[in-house]
Amino acid sequence: MSDMIEMTYREAIVLGQRDAMAHDPKTLLMGEDVAAAGGPFKTTEGLLDEFGPKRVRDTPIAEEAFVGAAMGMALTGWRPIVELMFADFMGVAYDQIVNGIAKHRFMQGGKLNVPVLIRAIGGGGTRFGAQHSQTGEGWLLPAPGLKVYSAGTPNDAYHLLRAGALDPDPVIVLEHKLLFNRKGPVQRFGAEVPPVNGTLHIRKGGDITMVASLGMVERMVAAGDLLAREGISADLFNLRRIRPLLIEPILESVRTTGRLLVIEENHSPGGWSGDLIAKVVEAAFDWLDAPPERITLPEWPLPYSPALEDASMPSAEGIFRKAADIVSGRSR
Amino acid sequence: MPKTADLAKQSSQGVEDISAEQLLFFYERMATIRFFEDKVHECFQRGLVHGTTHLARGQEAAAVGAVMALRPGDRMTYTYRGHNQVIARGLSLTSAFAEIFGRETGCSRGLGGSMHLADVELGLLGSFAIVGAGIPVAVGAAITAQLDDRGDVAMTFFGDGSTNIGAFHEAMNLASVWRLPIVFVCENNLYGEYSPILSTTPFVDLARRADAYAMPAEIVDGNDVVAVHRASVAAVSRARTGGGPSFLELKTYRQSGHSRSDPAKYRPKGELEAWLARDPLPRCEALLREQYQVSSEHIKSAYERAHQLVEKACAEAEAAPWPAIRDLGPETYQVEISA
Repeated sequence: MSDMIEMTYREAIVLGQRDAMAHDPKTLLMGEDVAAAGGPFKTTEGLLDEFGPKRVRDTPIAEEAFVGAAMGMALTGWRPIVELMFADFMGVAYDQIVNGIAKHRFMQGGKLNVPVLIRAIGGGGTRFGAQHSQTGEGWLLPAPGLKVYSAGTPNDAYHLLRAGALDPDPVIVLEHKLLFNRKGPVQRFGAEVPPVNGTLHIRKGGDITMVASLGMVERMVAAGDLLAREGISADLFNLRRIRPLLIEPILESVRTTGRLLVIEENHSPGGWSGDLIAKVVEAAFDWLDAPPERITLPEWPLPYSPALEDASMPSAEGIFRKAADIVSGRSR
Repeated sequence: MPKTADLAKQSSQGVEDISAEQLLFFYERMATIRFFEDKVHECFQRGLVHGTTHLARGQEAAAVGAVMALRPGDRMTYTYRGHNQVIARGLSLTSAFAEIFGRETGCSRGLGGSMHLADVELGLLGSFAIVGAGIPVAVGAAITAQLDDRGDVAMTFFGDGSTNIGAFHEAMNLASVWRLPIVFVCENNLYGEYSPILSTTPFVDLARRADAYAMPAEIVDGNDVVAVHRASVAAVSRARTGGGPSFLELKTYRQSGHSRSDPAKYRPKGELEAWLARDPLPRCEALLREQYQVSSEHIKSAYERAHQLVEKACAEAEAAPWPAIRDLGPETYQVEISA
């Protein structure tokens, strides 16, 4: 499209928040060092200058307080955007997120809304060690009431933040710190933001369906390129909304390809790929030519050493090999 | 039982700042809470109340004295022991009973229950069943009150046990550094669930906690509605005029056990009796009689009115329908995502 602007993932995050705040005077931003410092990852750069200290606020290092406060602000007419410097810190504010923000509308009989937008910066591959490298979405899955988005591209980051900031329901947007400098085309919106297609079909293919989210999207796409060289065409989905899951496009795809590989930067117990595959098996069992498979993190936290961390993360090469094996039948 | 003249002496002297009409109104509201809680207890025995419920019998003055310092537009958060505060604020008794009975006409259409009575229109933002969790939420309401600059304030109620949890400390700190218009109201009833305060907390006077956050604090006789009201008016007015947060410690006593199944056998002998002698209702009644020269007939008719209100509301709630069995997706998400 002609109105696409090339920018980095980081710039798209800044612009998404900037435009959300510019279009709504009651949207504001809070977090640790998001104001004067422009964010520890520079994901809020320039926003203090443009919107001032009332709407761009540095908080104490106290996630339970400012995530809980965001809920109180949302209940009283404002729309807070909260940056969590590391998605791992959702653990600190977990009660506020899953017992408070997620359930509050429900517990009041649907009579109110909690329009909080939490940005959780997560993901491995950046040598931050076990407490600063999780994507964290597994923690959010058993919480009806939350919408969990994950941004795999600069365009995702912009669109999801704009949509999340306008959603009357609480939204958590997962961002991946390995992607900050990735460039890509971004479609910018005015005051109106089109709804998010949660299960985005990004490449058409007939041999195998592949689904990934967040930092794994680009690796899946790279694996798709490798597969194409082998004459295997993969049908690719960028899962931009993990909860609630929109399964239909994946079912349709599997009914054509008969094969499914899911790539998730998370541990397999408690991750979303297990539920996704269960839904596929329930609804499309008769169309499957091979058992659905997945690539997840091994059963240990992410290690610090680059050698070990890289070996623990799904890679394009690993995805390619697994997909090729499924298609050739070698995987069985 | 102590004589009413002794009870009047226990209560605030020099009551000229509160009119007789006002105090009679406070008294009626306190009586309403008392009848309400006793009725909930009775209904529990009759099987109308499900799961659990946490009564605030004996803590009526704390709720009424503090809440009456608020005006429309102010916001509150409170806890699972919060019937007293929502009634003080004026939540419909019928909708409160209906909610506790799990009926369609409940304030949360039966989805919340006894621990989650709320009404955003009244500024009743929510009751939290997780100890301490409502305190940061009130801080958020105080941030928006400050941003909106209409002079509104937030008030958050919690018990002595909450002052040991992180959310309390994080919220106190944030309120102080941002000088927020909020009043932290601690109803110190001496027990955290079944545990006496000194077994879980290093001191009894919790107002000391406020000093760590450079916050003004006051220890108040929480069973004296006049004293509670005065201290609350001062704290609320400080918040309204840009003076920042305050902490009030209201010394009070839970006359019943922690929850429905708790006979409170852990209380030392004589403790309950000593506190019953300081019961907020007779004390308020004595004040009305001795210092305001309000006639017994007026007091009696306020008491009777409260009784009738509660009886009528309970009967209406008992007759209310159960919620329809349905898809609760629309209550979970405002904007649902299809399939």
